[in-house]
Amino acid sequence: MEKKPIYLDYAATSPLDPSVLDRMLGYLTAEGHFGNAGSRSHWFGWQAEEAVEEARGQVATAIGADPREIFFTSGATESNNLAIKGAAQMYAPRGKHLITVSTEHKAVLDVFRYLETQGYSVTYLVPDAEGLIRVDQIAEVLRPETRLVSVMLVNNEIGVVQPIADIGRLCREKGVLLHVDAAQALGKVPLSVEALQADLLSLSAHKIYGPKGIGALYVRRKPRVRLTPQMHGGGQERGLRSGTLPVHQIVGFGQACQLAVERQPQESLRLQSLKERLWKGMQSLEAVYLNGTQQAQKSVPNILNASFAYVEGESLMMALKGIAVSSGSACTSSSLEPSYVLTALGKPAEVAHSSIRFSLGYYTTESEIDEVNKQLIESVNRLREMSPLWELYQNGVDLKTIQWKP
Amino acid sequence: MAYSDKVLQYNENPKHVGSLDSNHPHVGNGLVGAPACGDVMKLQIQVNPESKVIETAKFKTYGCGSAIASSALLTEWVIGKTLDEAKEIKNRAIAQALALPPVKLHCSILAEDAIRSAIADYTAKAALREGLAQEASQPGKP
Repeated sequence: MEKKPIYLDYAATSPLDPSVLDRMLGYLTAEGHFGNAGSRSHWFGWQAEEAVEEARGQVATAIGADPREIFFTSGATESNNLAIKGAAQMYAPRGKHLITVSTEHKAVLDVFRYLETQGYSVTYLVPDAEGLIRVDQIAEVLRPETRLVSVMLVNNEIGVVQPIADIGRLCREKGVLLHVDAAQALGKVPLSVEALQADLLSLSAHKIYGPKGIGALYVRRKPRVRLTPQMHGGGQERGLRSGTLPVHQIVGFGQACQLAVERQPQESLRLQSLKERLWKGMQSLEAVYLNGTQQAQKSVPNILNASFAYVEGESLMMALKGIAVSSGSACTSSSLEPSYVLTALGKPAEVAHSSIRFSLGYYTTESEIDEVNKQLIESVNRLREMSPLWELYQNGVDLKTIQWKP
Repeated sequence: MAYSDKVLQYNENPKHVGSLDSNHPHVGNGLVGAPACGDVMKLQIQVNPESKVIETAKFKTYGCGSAIASSALLTEWVIGKTLDEAKEIKNRAIAQALALPPVKLHCSILAEDAIRSAIADYTAKAALREGLAQEASQPGKP
């Protein structure tokens, strides 16, 4: 059997933890608890409901919330949609100005774009060259009609951690809601909705060794946050999100949350040290640049985004046959646009085209990191030998002085 | 995105990677694309001035797997062809040979641009040389 590539794309998704699968399997077949959690009148329903509520508690504990503040959705994308549209629509009579950041995930940005077509006004803040937003940037653009600010805690491409607690304090002061997309944060950094002063928080299961297709939205009770539902139907989840609850997904999610919280302190240290090993291992290469701050506390331990100058990202990924990573190159996107996150940081297109995101996870080992570095160095050197840009650079030519013929 | 075997092959074992002496009178230099676009191809051809046959060619490419494969394949194809024959190579042929998906067609177009750019450069150089030679052979000139 052909050897599987080394997986370093954990920010894209993760495999199920075996204990998660184990939990889930008990809720599917006739031998298990397959009932509809909404069937209040019989044993099958009660068993399912009990399992759901236990999982709800696990999710709540993971973020320091009350179980009544947790609403299950099909994933962080849906949670983002529900939070942003739900809040914007609910509070529209009091104002239709919204604030977010240009480096948010598409599941946030696209929602804001949609709201703009519906008559909302949106300000997209631009982060600094390291990827960070400052609180005063938000303060500057707040208006009496501003109702919601949405800032992700951890960026999926570059791993920067935004100063959410400070932002939360400002929003609380100004009576504006704060939504935080925490999909990449859970299990990587300690999470507390109180410390963050978040009103709404999106969570994803498949980033923490849980199943794809399930997530949650935290909705603050004190002070009360109200949302306009986006999924209408049987009134599940207190009327906020209709649809039969996928019990097997939910118990899996709950178990994954529990594991994430248990493992986070140690895992963060282990991943940080692996990340440093990975970065050190690349140092024998010239012209390698990090994208996004690497300052402690401002960078998540499992994501490293680096650009290998004079080599294009997709060709590098192809050359790294034994490794699974992702790139900010235009060639890897169906829209043929380079990474909008790197572009927002002010990086020139070539930097985006040469970028690779390495995201580590629970099953990543030191020997895998060493193998990655070995293949990386080999591949970058080989592609540089084939690169006209590397040749020009070696000959001391400033690429900016060339008249390109695109 | 699954790559075709041909694209993989040309990425793993490209032939004719390298450089020729760009100042050589019989070398045509083509450089197309732009770093900002994520695609740059350098193609150099050494032409026999009598037969106009491309005797040797070298390429270097900064770009995705499909761009590298397109330029590698093109470079293989032009060796042994006359300038006129090389000018006839169509991007469609490259795309077909590599089974490029629609989103990667522009890579084959860039490769076509590269050979044309190299041929144009060679032709201009040759014309300049001829012009100078003619001038020098005219009576009364220093």
